[in-house]
Order: sequence, then C-alpha cells, then structure tokens
Amino acid sequence: MAIAMGSPAGAAAGGGAGAAQRYYRRFTAIERVLHAGLMLSFVGCALSGLPLIFADRPWAATLARILGGFEGAGLIHRICAAVMIVVFGSHVLMVFGKAIAGGRLMKILWGPDSMVPQLQDGIDIYRNFLWFIGHGPRPQFDRWTYWEKFDYWAVFWGMLIIGGSGLLLWFPVFFSRLLPGWMFNIAALVHGEEALLAVGFIFTFHFFNGHLRPEKFPMDTVVFTGRISEHELKGERAVQYERMVREGRLDAELAPPPTEESKWFGWVVGGGALLLGILAIVLIVYSFF
Amino acid sequence: MSIPRTLRAIGAVLFLAFGTAATALAATTPAPAPGVNDTCLMCHADKDAKGATGKSIAVDGAKFAASVHGASTLKCTDCHTDVAADKIPHADQLKPVNCAACHDKAAKEYAGTVHGTARKGGNTVAANCTDCHGTHDILRSKDPASRTNHANIEATCSKCHGSDTMAATGKLPGGNIGGKFHDSIHGQALKGAAQGSAPTCTNCHGAHSIQPKANEASRTSRARVPETCGACHKPERDAFMNGMHGKLRQDGVLAAPGCTDCHSAHGIQQHDTPKFQTEVIKECGTCHADYLATYRDTFHGQVTALGYSRMATCASCHGAHDVLPASNPASMVSKQNRLKTCQACHAGASENFASFDPHASKHDKARNPLYYYAAKFMEFLLFGVFAFFGVHTVFWLYRELREKFAPGRGTGKERH
Repeated sequence: MAIAMGSPAGAAAGGGAGAAQRYYRRFTAIERVLHAGLMLSFVGCALSGLPLIFADRPWAATLARILGGFEGAGLIHRICAAVMIVVFGSHVLMVFGKAIAGGRLMKILWGPDSMVPQLQDGIDIYRNFLWFIGHGPRPQFDRWTYWEKFDYWAVFWGMLIIGGSGLLLWFPVFFSRLLPGWMFNIAALVHGEEALLAVGFIFTFHFFNGHLRPEKFPMDTVVFTGRISEHELKGERAVQYERMVREGRLDAELAPPPTEESKWFGWVVGGGALLLGILAIVLIVYSFF
Repeated sequence: MSIPRTLRAIGAVLFLAFGTAATALAATTPAPAPGVNDTCLMCHADKDAKGATGKSIAVDGAKFAASVHGASTLKCTDCHTDVAADKIPHADQLKPVNCAACHDKAAKEYAGTVHGTARKGGNTVAANCTDCHGTHDILRSKDPASRTNHANIEATCSKCHGSDTMAATGKLPGGNIGGKFHDSIHGQALKGAAQGSAPTCTNCHGAHSIQPKANEASRTSRARVPETCGACHKPERDAFMNGMHGKLRQDGVLAAPGCTDCHSAHGIQQHDTPKFQTEVIKECGTCHADYLATYRDTFHGQVTALGYSRMATCASCHGAHDVLPASNPASMVSKQNRLKTCQACHAGASENFASFDPHASKHDKARNPLYYYAAKFMEFLLFGVFAFFGVHTVFWLYRELREKFAPGRGTGKERH
C-alpha cells in the first residue's frame, strides 16, 4: 500500500531507480496459475513426445529412457495432456462465464482489452516492421500486442488440433466406433506436425518475443509475478497507459510490487522451462543436420 | 637335450635287442608288439625333445596308448612309414603322415571340401586331418574328450574361425565368426542342458563334406539353408515353405529371403527379445523399403525405432515364416482377417478401426488423398508460420541490438 500511495515525485521519475518504482496489475493470480500449468504441461508433452517424432536419432532413445522408457514417457505425456486440457477448459469457462455473468461479453469480443485480432493489429505489424528497418518510430501498444494475440490463439488452434487428435489416438478403439480409419491416419499426422509447429514456435519465437530479445533478456517474469512496472508500461504499452489515464483507472490498477515467491518461481521454474525448451530446440535443429 | 642323440640311439638298439629276446621268451599270447613304440619313446618320450628344426618331437606315450590308434595297437611306424625300428636314428626330416593310407574314404571326401581345395590351392593354414582330429591323441568322436566330440567341435573350429589373426591370414569367410556363434542361441544352448541336441558347426556345415556357401551343393548355400535349418526346425520350415517367401524360393527366386536373412547365420538370437524384434524390422526393409518408411511414420514404427518391442512390428501383422500378400485370403492382413489381426492387440476394435492404413504415405495422392492434402496443409502452415516469424524475429533482433549498442541512429528513439 505504501507504493500505491507513494510520492508522485518518485513515481514520475519512473526510471526504475530506487524503491519508488510503481507496479500495475497485468495478470490475475488465476491467470498466472493457468500460464504456469500450461507451461509445465507443454514442456512435459514436448519432451515426452519429441522422441517419437525423432525416433531414428540416437538422442531420442536416450531421452525416452530418461523419461522411463516408452511406458514412462507415455504416462508423462498423457498426464501433461490431461493437465493442459483442464487448464484450457478452465480458461475458456472462466472467460465466458465471467463475461456473460458480468454482462461484458462485447468487451472480450472487441476493443482494446479483447484478444480478438483487430484492424489496429494489422497497423501495428506494419508499423513495427517500419521501425525494424529504421523507417519509423517505435510503435506503442495497447494491452495486448499482435504477437501476444498470436500466441494466445495458437493455443486455441493447437488445443483443437493437437488435443483433438491426441484424444483420438489415446482412445482409438472408442473413437473408431464413430470415426473412419483414415481419421486416425490424419490424427497421427497432424498431432506430430502441429506439435512440431507448437514446440518450434513456443521455444523460439515466443521465447524471443517474451524473454530473450535484448530488451527482456534473459527473461521477463511478468507472467509469473503478474506485475508490470510503470517503466515498462509506459515504454512499451504507452497506448494502454494513456488509456488508463484517460479512463481514470490508473490508481485502481496499481498493485504492490512482485512478491519474492512469485519472482523466485519465475526465475527458477520459468527459467527451467526456458532452458528445457532451448534444449528441445537444439535437439530438433541437430536432428535436421 | 640331456642325453646325446647317439647315446640314446645306442640305448634303444640295446633295449630292442633285449626286448625282442624277452618277448620271444614270454610269447605265450599273441600280444601286440610293444617293442617298436617303446623303442621310439626312448627318445620321443622326453617332453623337451626337439627335432633338427627346433620343433617339438615329444610324444606322450600314455596319451597315444589311450588314443583310438593306440588302442587298436598301431605301431608308430604304421603311420611314420619312412621310419624303420631297426634303422635308428632315422632321417632328420620325415615325410608327412598319410592318413589316406587307411582312411581313404575320408581323405577323398576331405579333398573335395573347402579346406581340401584351399590346401590344394596353396593355402597352408587351411585345416587338414590333424588340425581337427589331433595327432597322437586322436579319440573317437563319441569320446567326450575328443576334439571332434559334439561338445568340443565349436572349440576345434574356433581355433581358426574364432581367431582374428587366423581369420585375417587365412582370409576366412565371415571373419571371426566363432565369437558370434558362441554368443548365439545355438552357442549358448551348447553350454546348457540341451547341449546334446543343440547344433554345433558341423550340424549345419558338415564335416568331411563342408563346402563354401557359394557352392550350390553346400548345406549352407542360399538354396539349401531352409532345408538345413528345417532339419531341426520343421514346423518353421513348413510354415516358411507355405509363405510367400518360401513360394518364391520354390519358384527359383533365390533373392527371396531365407532363414539366415532375418535370423543371421552364426549370431542367431532368441526371437522374442526386444533387440531381435526391433532389429529384424530393418531386415524386412531391405526389400520393402517403402513399407518400412511408411511404417516409421506410424506410432507403431516410432516406438519400435526407439527399441521397445511392445508395439506392432512387421511380423505382428504380417506373420513371420508364413507371411502372405494381402490379396491371399489366408493372409493375416487380408480383408477377411485384418480385423482379427488388429484385435490381437486392440481388444474391441471395430471394422472402422481396421480401416486405418498402417502404411499411409504422405506422397501417395491416389492411395491416401485426404492424408496427402492434410500433409500438404501442415507443410504450408509450418512454412508460413516459421517464415513470417523468422523474418519478424531477425528484423526485431537487428533493431533492438542497434538501439542498444548504437542508440540515436535511425529513428528508434522517437515515440508517438
């Protein structure tokens, strides 16, 4: 609370120097828990599934053996898959449940707080590329950038494709009472290919966009702590900041600084996931040469 | 040599003289003439006795007496025909013993074997009579101590075929195969309770009939292997002959696989071990390469590639010895039998289940059109996403590095 009511002079400095750094809430506790659940189950599925895709490489047999052989890796894969489905289902139920109960359905379907891609995202991509090549100023973003929206919808698409095909492959006898055999051929194909896409995307581009690029290196703990500093908010999401000022919500969104526990979790568990993901990428890239 | 040769020769002559006299006096039974051999042993019983070339010329009298030749009261001079007991000392260099003098049938057989022809061709290390049977200590094969006893043949053949040096100098086919055989299921069985019935080298190769496998008449030639193995493995041989591979063989297609193509010859392993089950898949792929490739795209093929045999291998669905094409109604993968084959592992599988294509190809539009387009779509999706974000990331990295290390240049500082 001391921070929330801190001296305006200190906050105005905003440079991150000293104890007067202000923080705003970016993710709720439940969102952080869901991200952690998604992250851990994703890494688990990735590591236990990759040996199958690269079964002809020597490292694949070693990795499978470390995970308890074909039976052990299969069990890990299914447990993680179940966790992921629960995480995904909880999120969807919560978003729609809250929106419908609170009468805010339109707010999650459209506008600056919505995850739905909008014209502004197209403009942002164009402007960001202009900035990349030195032909424009650095664009400022609202609450969700286009690459974050891509990550978000990639999970929906991935859950549909990987989750759906995975269930088919998990219970083939049951599902084949309803579906023809060729569906299982396609399920096996897309499960692997889409998984390769997801793993290849999350462990490179998501890592780069969120953590590894020079500005955030080695990692950004915002998704673990839930708090974004005023400095970052103003420096990267000035549109959101200005909107908060305009709507008079600035003080309402203030939050205490990140707790030590959440920072620790971010650095150790999040960092561990980061390292395991990079290991997976090294193995994949190595397999193609 | 402790006693000079001449002195010992004199001793032998004296002994012979007295010995003959003594025997003449005691000649009540038609006893063998011990005299000759004992005379020879005067010199040759010395363990350290060496010939002019430095080679040992020692003979163990007791062992000879116990040998098949000693027991049948042969005299040294029966084999060493250029030595006469009354003309001692004999010449320094004796002619090689000619076993054929008595064993003419065996010698004739030997001359036609791979060993005999190699000898004739100038190979001085190819096995001859004594390499397998020994010299003064030859025992009947049924004697457990015999070099040619069933239990000892592996060791006898391995003197050459289990030695890296001999394999190299003799250019032995297959190199050091003794070690492989020793660790094989047959080699291991020879050490166990079933040792009497487990095959050793000669059961497959013969002894005095041993031929190179390139020779069609050889028991180990491509054409005759099923028959040779089938001597013991009759049900498997019959199943094989009824299968597609066996039928091809009967039509004279020798390229069709026989026993050793899948099981190997000397290194045969227990068939139900994960190692054999997963390794043999590659053998099928030698000819059926495209089917191996599509198999490897399935969950079955991926798990077995990792070395776990709980998943279906080729043989799980197609059978092993009696493999038949799907067009044959008796085949495990025929329309009539396919479901039953799936149900062997997937209890409760339905007709739909059995319509899964376990060899679907991403490249075969005619066979699997939807699969083909799904693969194309995934390719396009992966390429699209990686291309866009690849470019995006490279550009972004460039911009951020530039902002960090060369700020103020370009337009990066300004905010809108």
